[in-house]
Amino acid sequence: MALYDLTIHEARALLDAGEISAVELTQAVLDRILTVDNNVRAYLTLTPELALEQARAADAARAYKDGPSSPLLGIPLAIKDVLCTAGIPTTCGSRILENFIPPYDATVVARLKAAGAVILGKTNTDEFAMGSSTENSAFFPTRNPWDLERVPGGSSGGSAAAVAAGECLGALGTDTGGSVRQPAALCGVVGLKPTYGRVSRYGLIAFASSLDQVGVLTRDVTDAAILFSVIAGYDPQDSTSMDVPVPDYTAALTGDIRGMRVGVPKEYFVPGMQPEVEAAVRAAVEKLAERGAEVIEVSLPHTDYALPVYYLLAPAEASANLARYDGVRYGLRVIGSSLEETYKQTRGQGFGPEVKRRIMLGTYALSAGYYDAYYLKAQKVRTLIKGDFDRAFEQVDVIVTPTSPTTAFRIGEKTDDPIQMYLSDIFTLSMNLAGICGISIPCGFDRQGLPIGLQVMGPALGEMAVLRVAYAYEQATDWHTRRPVLGR
Amino acid sequence: MVLTREEVEHIATLARLALTEEEKERFREQLSAVLEYAARLRELDTDAIPPTATVLPLRNVMRPDEPRPPAPREDMLANAPAAEEHCFKVPAIWEE
Repeated sequence: MALYDLTIHEARALLDAGEISAVELTQAVLDRILTVDNNVRAYLTLTPELALEQARAADAARAYKDGPSSPLLGIPLAIKDVLCTAGIPTTCGSRILENFIPPYDATVVARLKAAGAVILGKTNTDEFAMGSSTENSAFFPTRNPWDLERVPGGSSGGSAAAVAAGECLGALGTDTGGSVRQPAALCGVVGLKPTYGRVSRYGLIAFASSLDQVGVLTRDVTDAAILFSVIAGYDPQDSTSMDVPVPDYTAALTGDIRGMRVGVPKEYFVPGMQPEVEAAVRAAVEKLAERGAEVIEVSLPHTDYALPVYYLLAPAEASANLARYDGVRYGLRVIGSSLEETYKQTRGQGFGPEVKRRIMLGTYALSAGYYDAYYLKAQKVRTLIKGDFDRAFEQVDVIVTPTSPTTAFRIGEKTDDPIQMYLSDIFTLSMNLAGICGISIPCGFDRQGLPIGLQVMGPALGEMAVLRVAYAYEQATDWHTRRPVLGR
Repeated sequence: MVLTREEVEHIATLARLALTEEEKERFREQLSAVLEYAARLRELDTDAIPPTATVLPLRNVMRPDEPRPPAPREDMLANAPAAEEHCFKVPAIWEE
């Protein structure tokens, strides 16, 4: 197997045994990027010199120190371009931040560095993480490594495609309504969205603050547990981070799910979903039953309302968060005939269509006369959606569903119809509204060879149960070992 | 259509967004469609339901008010569209 195709835990074992060096591993991944990224286009910014410097430091640290090394020492990773990286451009996929170079690292980036990681660069994203296909990047769309005519999903499409294509060993993404899990599903990789508050968001450029969370994209569940263990935990710089001890998440990787209660919500098998997706997910539920889990039908009766709730609340929060882009202290400035015109021209030219659409929608939902009918109403229905999950998790340990109703769609297929695009998140966004955790793992392929994702959801701080079920499924299958053919 | 052209222009003003004529018409159609879709929330009786603004039990996170060294001024000005004499430089907003 090529070095760039290794999982994090495989690479660690080879590094610790002295069979490969971090410089060799990093160079192999950089060479892979040179070979395939002109087609995949996962990266917005590459930092090869910095990466090799970090790799040399990792090799030196390993040679110098006896005993166990830092968990990510010498492991090449990618960072979604909505997370601040000191001295490295951070654009959010937007013209308005095209030249922005943060003066500090996001806490999650600092934690990766402290654990010895090698940072390869910044990955493409829908502008300000608003999208489900990475087509809303102001710079270029990323392509799905399994079929270059198709989208990788989004908004963490660059990170998911990079992991799938061997352009990094793992990556950070962010998930506001499915932006880690949906691209993971469409690219055939693992994507973990932690509980709201479990991971610091200091240095994550805000989209919708009551929903945003940082997650990880990896090639298997073990790697997800390793990366997640590094980034999880309290951060005094983020007042929404929870001061709760972080367990060793790799302890969940037992393979034993006997007696665990797995819920299957009937509302998640809807007319119009791709039949192969339903079949693959049903087969996965069977597999969990074979391994000793107790399968229980549950109901999440307000599922149908999650999409309208999300598309009122997320844009409302976004319209407030993005008010800061005024061309005064950082970012693009377009001089107009007055101060007000300067604001309007800066924002009108700096933001792309989807960001403007959501700012408009959010501004409307918050405006005088409509606040109660739209924003407050949506917040109340959010309470009902959260209540559905609270009741379901009294009966079951995890809930299993499809991640996305379809496999990867064609580039351009949904760009003219916002509601069609928004529907690709119907199975993921309830989780953000409820603040709970979940993972997407590969559970099959459709007839065209495109990956299908299985979503395993757990209650708040239920990552141990989620990882346990996901790992047991992975042990019983080999979907996660398949790689797309690229770079001929 | 839920929205009129005038409403779109009013929202754009509130949001400080310069829109082209074409964008105004497109957003009028698309936002109307999303709002019509959102109207299904009215099916639910929520009179007795409290709103959820955050899922966290946290309220009023406090810390001691201790002075710490600030970030260097040059770092804070490095991304400014314009800077002069250690200050952000902005267009004049009134005449002398």
